[in-house]
Amino acid sequence: MSAAADRSPQAERRDEGLRFYQTGTFAVGGRLLAEHQRTVQSQPRRPSSLTKGHRACQGCGEALGARYALDAALRAAGGRLIAANATGCLEVFSSPYPESSWQLPWIHSLFANAPAVASGIAAALRAKGREDVRVVGQGGDGGTVDIGLACLSGMFERHDDVLYICYDNQAYMNTGVQRSAATPPGARTATTEPLGGHPGNDFGQGKSAPLIALAHEIPYVATATVAELHDLEAKVARAMEIRGPRYLHLLVPCPLGWGSEPSETILIARLAKESGLFPVFEAIDGAIHAVAKIRRQVPVREYLRRQRRYAHLFADGGREDVIDRLQAAADRNIVRFGLLEGSAPLAGDLLGAPAPGELDDLSGAQAP
Amino acid sequence: MSERPFAITLEVGSSRANHTGSWRSERPEYVRRMPPCNAACPAGEDIQGWLYEAEAGGGGYHSAWRALVAVNPLPAVMGHVCFHPCEEACNRLALDEAVGINAVERFLGEEAIRRGWEPPSPAQPSGRRVLVVGSGPAGLSAAWQLALRGHHVTLRERSKQPGGMMRYGIPAYRLPRRTLDAEIERITALGVQIECGQRVGSLAYALQEGAFDAAFLALGADVAHHIDIPGATAARVIDAVAFLHATAEGQAPVLGRRVVVYGGGDTALDAARTAARLGHGAGSLPAPQPLAGAPGAQEDPGGEAPPAPQEPVVVYRRTAERMPAHPQELAEAREEGISFRWLSTIAAARGERLVLERMRLDEQGMPQPTGELEELPADCVILALGEEPDLTPLQGLDGVIGEDGRVAVNEAMMTARPGLFAGGDLIAQERNVAVAVGHGRRAARSIDAYLRGFAMPGEEAPEPVAFADLNPWYFTDAPRQVAPKLARIRRQSTFEEVVLTLAEDSALYEARRCFSCGSCFSCDNCYGVCPDDAVLKPGPDGSPYAIDLDYCKGCGMCAAECPCGAIAMVPEQT
Repeated sequence: MSAAADRSPQAERRDEGLRFYQTGTFAVGGRLLAEHQRTVQSQPRRPSSLTKGHRACQGCGEALGARYALDAALRAAGGRLIAANATGCLEVFSSPYPESSWQLPWIHSLFANAPAVASGIAAALRAKGREDVRVVGQGGDGGTVDIGLACLSGMFERHDDVLYICYDNQAYMNTGVQRSAATPPGARTATTEPLGGHPGNDFGQGKSAPLIALAHEIPYVATATVAELHDLEAKVARAMEIRGPRYLHLLVPCPLGWGSEPSETILIARLAKESGLFPVFEAIDGAIHAVAKIRRQVPVREYLRRQRRYAHLFADGGREDVIDRLQAAADRNIVRFGLLEGSAPLAGDLLGAPAPGELDDLSGAQAP
Repeated sequence: MSERPFAITLEVGSSRANHTGSWRSERPEYVRRMPPCNAACPAGEDIQGWLYEAEAGGGGYHSAWRALVAVNPLPAVMGHVCFHPCEEACNRLALDEAVGINAVERFLGEEAIRRGWEPPSPAQPSGRRVLVVGSGPAGLSAAWQLALRGHHVTLRERSKQPGGMMRYGIPAYRLPRRTLDAEIERITALGVQIECGQRVGSLAYALQEGAFDAAFLALGADVAHHIDIPGATAARVIDAVAFLHATAEGQAPVLGRRVVVYGGGDTALDAARTAARLGHGAGSLPAPQPLAGAPGAQEDPGGEAPPAPQEPVVVYRRTAERMPAHPQELAEAREEGISFRWLSTIAAARGERLVLERMRLDEQGMPQPTGELEELPADCVILALGEEPDLTPLQGLDGVIGEDGRVAVNEAMMTARPGLFAGGDLIAQERNVAVAVGHGRRAARSIDAYLRGFAMPGEEAPEPVAFADLNPWYFTDAPRQVAPKLARIRRQSTFEEVVLTLAEDSALYEARRCFSCGSCFSCDNCYGVCPDDAVLKPGPDGSPYAIDLDYCKGCGMCAAECPCGAIAMVPEQT
């Protein structure tokens, strides 16, 4: 498993012999890069599937993430792509009647049913013999992890040919920052404030949508952030090579709900990954295939202190105990997913998924 | 009115009708800021600028070289001898190691010589005549800049060949003469008339006789400070400048077997290292013997081999830390087996021995005598105690020599006499090639303005970009390519170059390590990270990017994620 885990997109680019120490490895583009090494976002004529004039807040991570992901999907689909959107920020700020920011066929129906609408579009396309047209379903963490989870699970188990993208900003931002099942412990929202005089979400609640998707043993599950564009685009491209249900969980910081500087959206996303709080991985057929290694590790404190939703952990003498628990959660991720250079995910720990070698032993036998 | 479906009252529109730029309180602006290397370069080079050209490799080297020689006509020379303060200022130091700027400069300079790249074309002739006195780096730099600006330049040199201290002071192992000759040849190819063996006895007369419109004085400083050593015979004492000059002319004096150099500057080390290289040639002398009973301050040179007995000894009154010589030259001297007597002065000579007095440093760091004496065997003493300019050509020019006996210049490098400018070692506190080249360029700009009747430009000193102004996430750690050094043993008996030129791929690698502090290098980050799709690529007028102010909400993400600090957030005027 360790050999496979090392094959991160970054490692592959290193192998290509890129030695642009000024830029090229991490920046969006670079004048010294060959055409095929440049990101979709660096193209002068990129699709900009979510175009200018939308009403997202300053520094919106979701608006950025949606353009990143859909532009990459559009390129992979040769421009033939339909999107079904759940209710949420992304839908509201992009489509106040009669305006639309979308540069691709796009439909919004209800909060809960985006995966089902996407399934229906895929079924219709199959019936029409239009398998050249691809389908994306998308929504925020509320529409995905809470309200639309049943539809999503059904889309997975029916093996519908849809890439579902969750833009995770960890609460219901559009309606005023209410807690969702993706809100992390310790974070304050409008609906966690009254809890026991300690503002901040409780530990031991919530759920991980990527691991739920992984448990469906669908062909492709990945997490990513808006801080690593090369990684994100590579994952979208890989997902689009596959037919069947695919799930991409994208961390998109929200300056409004997180209380961060609009200019620091990418920095915050980067710190979420570098601290270990948000593991960035890729799974194929139910098994972890690669993880993005931590490049410059930081304590969780560096991530937390830039966000007012955690300000209570630092005020009035601070809550070192809560910070310690969050650090412990990050440390657990680091071990569990093998996030440090030279380490590997714990085999069998994640839902008991077999390691690649073990799969060979099962050849001929039907997986349960 | 167009047909619309039932119950639809408005035409479908694009959000582009919604100009979100009105939300903005700050706007991003692309800026060019002073990189720290440029701020630190005494020659005034645009280092970031030419590294940017060189990063492309191939044809980029030629454009890099052209950017380089627009400021400095001696890049290959500087690549050999500059002590590169740019690298000490380099922001990359905070990540791994400084960019090897000096090595890339040398590569470009040598590449130009190898490929015979032509000098740039000069401007239309101005009809003005300028006299430059002294063909050291300051004089050559001024002559180059003046010729590029279309002025007729006459360069007078007292010695047989041009180059000043670059030829007669800097030893050949640090600067090969073919490199110097090639770069001077390029200056003459531009039309500069160099007259060697022409001592200017009286500047006042020369100016009048030649009908010059302006003059630049780069007389240098080569009159050695002298001290009398009681008991020493004149034959056994030589000054370092004369010793290096004679060696450069191929007439190295016989020094004897045990050479002592007195002083702590770069000249002292040049003299010691040159004497070490000559030592093997003094075959008529008896076989070396150990410095028996050398007491006290003898220091362990370190390294794998102990110093051979015939290696020169440098006597200096203070300590290694307080030595004015550049640390790199000290390190190379030590590698070559030069030994040092710190905290010592020469009190007297007694037969074949010198009497040294031990010193101690007082609270101000100044050496004070202790009265303790010791002896050091010596056949010869080379004095390297500093040099003074020879000001006799300036006699009869009122006010040019100040009350302190020095030539004073204003910010524009002009002396008290209008049209008479001065630079280089003649006026410099810090005497080296880079400072001299910078003086020459600044004086030439002033002379050009003076001749055309414009205001003379001052030197601006904007605040350089600090590491904190960058976003270092985007830069990968990468070790520096250190130019291979000649094996110590091979260096001892030859005048071959000690630091070799970087190979092409290493030079390219090195150039690409540049952070491009404060100047856009077209990485597409601003274009990519804007959540509002409000950065245009390409921008108008051939610029790489522009901000679409109709839609920019002023979030500042482009500025925060710019790797090199080339975007500033500026408050909107309301």
